[in-house]
Amino acid sequence: MIKLSEATKVYAGGVHALSGVSLTIESGELVAIVGPSGSGKSTMLNVLGTLDRPTSGTVSIDGYDIARLSDRELSALRASRIGFVFQQFHLAAGMSALDNVADGLLYGGVPLAERRRRAEVALQRVGLGHRTHHKPHELSGGERQRVAIARAVMGDPPLLLADEPTGNLDTASGAGVMALLRELHAAGTTIVIITHDRELADGLPRQVRMRDGRVVGDSAHTPVPLADTAVT
Amino acid sequence: MAVVDPPRLVPARMRVRDIVRVGGVGLRTRPTRAFLSALGIAIGIAAMIAVVGISASSQAQLDRQLAALGTNLLTVTPGQTMFGEDAKLPPESEAMIGRIGPVTSVSAVGRVKGEKIYRTDKIPVVNTGGLATYAARVDLPATIGATVRNGTWLNGATARYPAVVLGATAAERLGIGRADPDRQILIGDVWFTVVGILDPVALAPELDSGALIGWEAAESYLGFDGYATVVFTRSDEDQVENVRNVLAATANPQAANEVDVSRPSDALSAKRAAGAAFTGLLLGLGGVALLVGGVGVANTMVISVLERRAEIGLRRSLGATRGQVRTQFLTESLLLSAMGGVGGVLLGAAVTIGYSTFQDWPFSVPFWSVSGGLGATLFIGGLAGLYPAIRASRLSPTEALTTP
Ligand SMILES: Nc1ncnc2c1ncn2[C@@H]1O[C@H](COP(=O)(O)OP(=O)(O)OP(=O)(O)O)[C@@H](O)[C@H]1O
Ligand SMILES: [Mg+2]
Repeated sequence: MIKLSEATKVYAGGVHALSGVSLTIESGELVAIVGPSGSGKSTMLNVLGTLDRPTSGTVSIDGYDIARLSDRELSALRASRIGFVFQQFHLAAGMSALDNVADGLLYGGVPLAERRRRAEVALQRVGLGHRTHHKPHELSGGERQRVAIARAVMGDPPLLLADEPTGNLDTASGAGVMALLRELHAAGTTIVIITHDRELADGLPRQVRMRDGRVVGDSAHTPVPLADTAVT
Repeated sequence: MAVVDPPRLVPARMRVRDIVRVGGVGLRTRPTRAFLSALGIAIGIAAMIAVVGISASSQAQLDRQLAALGTNLLTVTPGQTMFGEDAKLPPESEAMIGRIGPVTSVSAVGRVKGEKIYRTDKIPVVNTGGLATYAARVDLPATIGATVRNGTWLNGATARYPAVVLGATAAERLGIGRADPDRQILIGDVWFTVVGILDPVALAPELDSGALIGWEAAESYLGFDGYATVVFTRSDEDQVENVRNVLAATANPQAANEVDVSRPSDALSAKRAAGAAFTGLLLGLGGVALLVGGVGVANTMVISVLERRAEIGLRRSLGATRGQVRTQFLTESLLLSAMGGVGGVLLGAAVTIGYSTFQDWPFSVPFWSVSGGLGATLFIGGLAGLYPAIRASRLSPTEALTTP
């Protein structure tokens, strides 16, 4: 599903947010990415989600080498293959939960009536079938994040990327959101979750640990830190 | 690598309905701001539509007037001789003009010189200077389109007796409201009975301040010399220019250069041209207002893009292409100015209706001004939205998403 090799990301000012990350995530995995603040987790997720291109190295998503895709093609890739969930939800204020979710396929060429129908199904799937006409400000934090998840998955993308989806939620709502993500995983979606919550990460099948822009631990296989250092 | 290339990725086209919906998001979430920036455009367009509408309505009024009066009236007046003296029209000139083929009617007045007009024989209580006495042919009203407001016009009988018909201004100056067998005025030293009062004569305004008496009466009572000073003629509409060309030579074959020919309706038409120049100036001012409105829309759009960075980032993550983001903001700008344009056209039309109703003019807003106004609005909207839209589309998705 995802293959990163020797990916680096250098920001203006010389910050090495990623320095030579290689990572393979198979279809159907549920992966936690953990690490201290500033270790490059969000940067990596942006690269995985094709929102940003690596400075060097290669990234391939669902068989596409993103270096060879134009901005338009990357947009089409995101529209059809990738769902995002953000810590800040990013719901449109003043629009009902239903219409927020329906926007999930706005750029997928699906007519409005069909989008609304699928949004209804997605909201039921995240347990908000009774909140379809509420505006974001009438929903709790946990409910908002579930609306955001419904929007991300209403088009059935094979890949779901979540950057600290529970970061703004209390424990109970966070657990609800995690249970929902597990359900989606069980239904076949590949999911990558960034989290600060150690306990939460430990409950997931695979953990990738990052520090200073490098992968320093991966429960799927043992990294070779010595070799990494030798390259520099 | 032996990997088979996956299928090409092509972004889906957005439906028009979705484009308009998405373009309207900003307007729906910030209605006050949308209203105010649309108002700027509306004021500019309303000003332009009202200027064009009012001027078109006033021209429609002039046209209506011209149509009622006819543009086929020509006047012949004596000019000056080669030695700078006042020329005279030969006595047979009226008959000669009547013999020109396309001429349909001829009439004349002759100025009776030196006879003052008084209301009484006592002290001249009213200043009657500026009033003139004319000998008039009986068929004058039909030819010049004059109408009697009160009383009657001269006939074959009254034209031989001391009877007078007053022009509208003359009646007012003399303080005479109605024709009346007992009402007499003094012209020179002869009492004339007021038999009628005319409405203002649009094509011969000099007669408004005149006292009109019969040709024979003028000769017998006031020593009138019998020379016509203005000959009026109507011709077939499509022959007016031809008649005009031969009129001077016909009126005075010996000295055509001593004859002046003019077309009174030209003065009314000249009013049109003068109005048009003034309209051009006002239209320019309206255009400036519209430009200012456009700057307002551009400002709103720039702010909108700044405020909605996170939304732009989200849309990119949902799969919006740069082009689709650009289209969204361009659409918003176009919707904003289109709203202003439609509002401005309605406002401008309302002002025109109000003003022309007040002036008792026919109402007219030319179609070209409405379509031109809306076209200008869309052009301004497109221009105002272009830069903000391009800026929005150039935002990197990650930077846009991380703005708080
Ligand atoms: N746009 C940017 N320009 C310059 N430096 C950046 C930019 N974005 C991130 N960085 C830097 O890159 C490094 C990695 O940032 P990143 O956001 O990936 O960390 P993170 O692991 O997600 O941290 P957190 O857990 O706090 O979210 C940080 O040092 C950060 O300051
Ligand atoms: Mg982060």
